Amino acid sequence: MNNWAHFRHGADIGVRGFGATREEAFVQAALALTAVITDPALVASMVPVVIACDAPDDELLLVDWLNALIFEMSTRRMLFGRFEVAISGSVLEATAWGETIDVERHHPAVEVKGATYTELDLSRRPDGRWRAQCVVDV
Amino acid sequence: MDLSRLERRSEIEWIVPQSGRMRVPAIIYASEQLIAAMDDKVYQQATQVAMLPGIVEASYAMPDAHWGYGFPIGGVAAFDPQEGGVVSAGGVGFDISCGVRTLHTGLALADIEAVKTKLADTLYARIPAGVGSTGQLRLSVQEMDEMLVGGARWAVGRGYGEAVDLELMEEGGCMARADPAQVSERAKRRQRDEMGTLGSGNHYLEVQQVTRILDPVRAQAFGLVLGDVVVSIHCGSRGLGHQIGTEYLREMAIAAPAAGIVLPDRELACAPLQSRLGKRYLGAMRAAINCALANRQILTQLTRDAFSEVLPRARLQLLYDVSHNTCKEENHDVGGKPRRLFVHRKGATRAFGPGHPALPAAYRESGQPVLIGGSMGTASYILAGMASDSGKAFASACHGAGRSMSRHEALRRWHGRALVDDLAARGILIRCPSLRGVAEEAPLAYKDVTAVVEASELAGLARVVARLEPLICIKG
Repeated sequence: MNNWAHFRHGADIGVRGFGATREEAFVQAALALTAVITDPALVASMVPVVIACDAPDDELLLVDWLNALIFEMSTRRMLFGRFEVAISGSVLEATAWGETIDVERHHPAVEVKGATYTELDLSRRPDGRWRAQCVVDV
Repeated sequence: MDLSRLERRSEIEWIVPQSGRMRVPAIIYASEQLIAAMDDKVYQQATQVAMLPGIVEASYAMPDAHWGYGFPIGGVAAFDPQEGGVVSAGGVGFDISCGVRTLHTGLALADIEAVKTKLADTLYARIPAGVGSTGQLRLSVQEMDEMLVGGARWAVGRGYGEAVDLELMEEGGCMARADPAQVSERAKRRQRDEMGTLGSGNHYLEVQQVTRILDPVRAQAFGLVLGDVVVSIHCGSRGLGHQIGTEYLREMAIAAPAAGIVLPDRELACAPLQSRLGKRYLGAMRAAINCALANRQILTQLTRDAFSEVLPRARLQLLYDVSHNTCKEENHDVGGKPRRLFVHRKGATRAFGPGHPALPAAYRESGQPVLIGGSMGTASYILAGMASDSGKAFASACHGAGRSMSRHEALRRWHGRALVDDLAARGILIRCPSLRGVAEEAPLAYKDVTAVVEASELAGLARVVARLEPLICIKG
């Protein structure tokens, strides 16, 4: 079962991930980000890219994480389908696995310009799960 | 939108009175039908913009306003540096200097009908469009900085287009006081492969036909005749602008409390215009404006090359080029006094009226061409600025149709292949690398562009001059 979702925004699109831990919610939010562009199941997770972020609070860390992925997708012309995330204090260390964009196979719908602070939230839900979300500009 | 919280000043002007932390009122220009359909978030966002330090007169929303991030899309706000005014990275947005340029072709519909498919295919082959596409041009570190200072002027110097093009753009094609040193290496890295690319989402290149002339005098001044074929290009500063927006938004959000700024929404991240951070952002943002101008200039040359191949008779001459995500330093008359203000237009077009000194001689009498992009199945419009010195909303107008439906909902309702086939049956050829992208940009996911431009005219923002309908659309 997917633990990620998109949510409605007038012009753009919201990405949302759930998990038992913050790290898992970050992973699921990253899958939701990929799903803005293509079906994550179409992405072969072959090439690893190492990502590190450091932010003054957890919500900014979420935005930084998504923006780091957007930067790597943009400059490497890649899509990512699998993620591992570790968070220690203010520091996130992660690996994203993916492949070069193949227009014929991925049919990428839209490029993501940046993660925004709109509808930004990282919190524990009443059921104990973490939710990580924000709107991304496309 | 719940209209009970608004005061109606005229058929087309709605006021949110100043209250609470608002420093000025918010003013929304829209017909009753448009405002009733507007998301409540436009009310909330326009109201929050009115809380920012140093805001002058009012926080404005144009008739195409919709829920953005921080500012509404279709938001206009001006700030006075002498009164603690701010510049907001969120108020400009990620796609800095996204805009529209329109080119004459010197052709009529009959000239292109026989070769329309070939023209569509040739344009699609030559214009890098969509996710992951790259341009032909690779810039060295020094060339990148030269481009960021020179804008379209730099591009013309490199052989993309002609010097005469520069006269028919805002800022003469080159935004002054750009500072490449304030643009990070990461932003420059993100631009490395993206010079001369269209992008994706709502960005497009369209071949269009003039199907109605609504103001014959100004149409003549703009060189538009019924039946003319024109080309419009909608795109922005690509990865460089996106990365500048990302980085400065973060820096401003973190620095705001120390600057004594209480942000009603972190997305409204801003810095005092007179602070070092504010000045650094302005230098970087102006560099991104130049990147967008250079990018549209390169795409113009690629378009000319495509036309030369298929229709050697075509003469693609620039009509005008406007940017609709910017912050620009301008003189405006406020309460009878001239003031130097920093005007943010986020999804709003500058619309200088007749006689404005910044206009090229060709449009000094008519007012500025205001280029309004519609959706791929409906229409676009060319308007003319009508503001005087004390013009409304700091001489601004709408920028497009504005979405009425989320991408998610559009995807649920339409299939890309069916849309492409339906449009082809109506004589509109779509070329796009992604059918899902087509569905997300379905024409009915947008507001009625005609209602938007009519409201702009009724509000006294800009006069409707001509209607353009698509023949070919290259979608990113």
